[in-house]
Amino acid sequence: MELLAPAGSLAALKAAIDEGANAVYLGFKNDTNARHFAGLNFSDRQLDQGVNYAHQRKAHVHVALNTFAHPNRSQVWFDAVKKAHDIGADVLIASNISVLDYAATHFPDLELHLSVQASATNAAAINFFKPFGIKRVVLPRVLSYQQVANLKQDTDLDLEVFAYGSLCIMAEGRCYLSSYMTGESPNTVGACSPAKFVRWEETDQGLESRLNHVLIDRFTDDEKVGYPTLCKGRFNVDGKLSHALEEPTSLNTMGLLPKLHDLGICSLKIEGRQRSPAYTRQVTRVWRQAIDSVMRNPSGFKEEQSWQQQLIMLSEGSQTTLGAYERNWQ
Amino acid sequence: MELSLGNIQFFWSKQDVFDFYDQAKSSLADTVYLGESVCSKRRELRLEDWLSIAKELKQHGKKVVLSSMALLEAKSELAVLKKVCNNGELIVEANDFGAVDLLSSQNLSFVAGAALNIYNQHDLKYLYNKGMSRWVMPVELSKDWLSNIHHELTQMDLVNKFEIEVYGYGYLPLAYAARCFTARSEDRQKDDCALCCINYPQGLEVDSQEGDKLFRINGIQTLSGKPQNLINDLPSMENLVDIVRISPSSKESLAWLTLFQQNVSGHAPISLDGYCNGYWHKIEGMASVS
Repeated sequence: MELLAPAGSLAALKAAIDEGANAVYLGFKNDTNARHFAGLNFSDRQLDQGVNYAHQRKAHVHVALNTFAHPNRSQVWFDAVKKAHDIGADVLIASNISVLDYAATHFPDLELHLSVQASATNAAAINFFKPFGIKRVVLPRVLSYQQVANLKQDTDLDLEVFAYGSLCIMAEGRCYLSSYMTGESPNTVGACSPAKFVRWEETDQGLESRLNHVLIDRFTDDEKVGYPTLCKGRFNVDGKLSHALEEPTSLNTMGLLPKLHDLGICSLKIEGRQRSPAYTRQVTRVWRQAIDSVMRNPSGFKEEQSWQQQLIMLSEGSQTTLGAYERNWQ
Repeated sequence: MELSLGNIQFFWSKQDVFDFYDQAKSSLADTVYLGESVCSKRRELRLEDWLSIAKELKQHGKKVVLSSMALLEAKSELAVLKKVCNNGELIVEANDFGAVDLLSSQNLSFVAGAALNIYNQHDLKYLYNKGMSRWVMPVELSKDWLSNIHHELTQMDLVNKFEIEVYGYGYLPLAYAARCFTARSEDRQKDDCALCCINYPQGLEVDSQEGDKLFRINGIQTLSGKPQNLINDLPSMENLVDIVRISPSSKESLAWLTLFQQNVSGHAPISLDGYCNGYWHKIEGMASVS
């Protein structure tokens, strides 16, 4: 079972590998990358250094090319495929038909993983993408544990699941809430609720967070303040003010680890390329210990209290959830 | 330019659905989409019911397409999808690549729905070769984006090989989730939803604390808070768009087919108060450009 850690920067990549990640995933500094944020990602020189650092330590590098090629600039995406190949990446993670097709045709030796952004949630959808020579599917965070287990039986491809990190509540790749409010979405620009649209205002009613002028939330002095990701705001539905879509919370599947291991899930992905190298270091350390423990003794796995405490501290809103894995959440 | 009536995205009673299509028979729609695309638990109508409605619509000169589910998670949902794809009478609108796989593997032509991630001419060429006869553009794309695609399709000699359809009127489907937001609004879990979305035939409004209409929840689906209305943009669709879709939220939606028809050339524009059209103009979807 692979531990796959986020590398939003060279420092994060080194931290992840030092703490025992089997592989890291990263992206380029442009809109081919669904984490296209200012100050993140790798220059060409950093890419070389990163790949060398990983390979010297027998870790793999996955390049995420997980947005959708624009019609007038599709060559940018194809060039990015070539670049992933040329820097010696072990894996390309892609979601767009045109990108998968280009990679399969031009670089048949480059291992392909189907990105979560492709939104493949069932065996038939996976079959659609099979002709590109996909080796692994990254499952969207909308499936219950039982559905993941069923899918494992119904496909011969390897399955990777999200283990920990920020929780997208919508089927990935099929959410336009961000572009509805800002004009920019994960699919087209590589960003959700982009920072350049965020405003904070101290008012008599409390601290207000806005996204493109829309009030997302309002916090009193004793409340924990969160980034205005638009699906995690407090809104009115039927006269009731609540986190109508989702609370600020992080996904944490530690409680499911033995079951995911038994199921034969090949890789556990940690979300968080937009987080600091310190976050990557701490989360990777905890999950390395947990995975080592479950691999040593799957039936006797016990979650250590200190792991839980550390993960809670790193979580959004200091709370975690099993998300859609648990049907009660749905 | 033709007009289509999209499938009903909300959950209506069987009687309301039959009444609606009874009126739709005499509407100006050239094509009518039928079927459930949001939640597999909505079973007021069975496949046979949809097929019988289709039969009547066809008798009134309508072309009919059967829409399929966007988010398929359970094995049982895949089994239903197979039945829809194998209905034997109607062309299917695929809203998940699973449906594309089931249809193309039987050499059945299909409509590529707006819930499929298709963003460029290469994707379109791939799907055209798989049997796509019509593409419904993802709702977040603009006229500019479509023009760029059109330009590239021309170079590839693919123009007019398949039809292009755009959402013209109605609440825009923006997202699909595992969670049922309607059930959540009633403090219910999805497995114990009591099909409560039948009580909200136009969904439930999600408003900001300042009263802005942001979204509309409809089971596991999140729609735009305001209906999109491209009626005044119809002249800009000439030579780009073959079919404009009216996505219904009530019987009154049928009147928009007439209004759209009257304004195809821009002679009967309408005030856009309360609507949005930003996506078509390459800005935030919620905006309204006059």
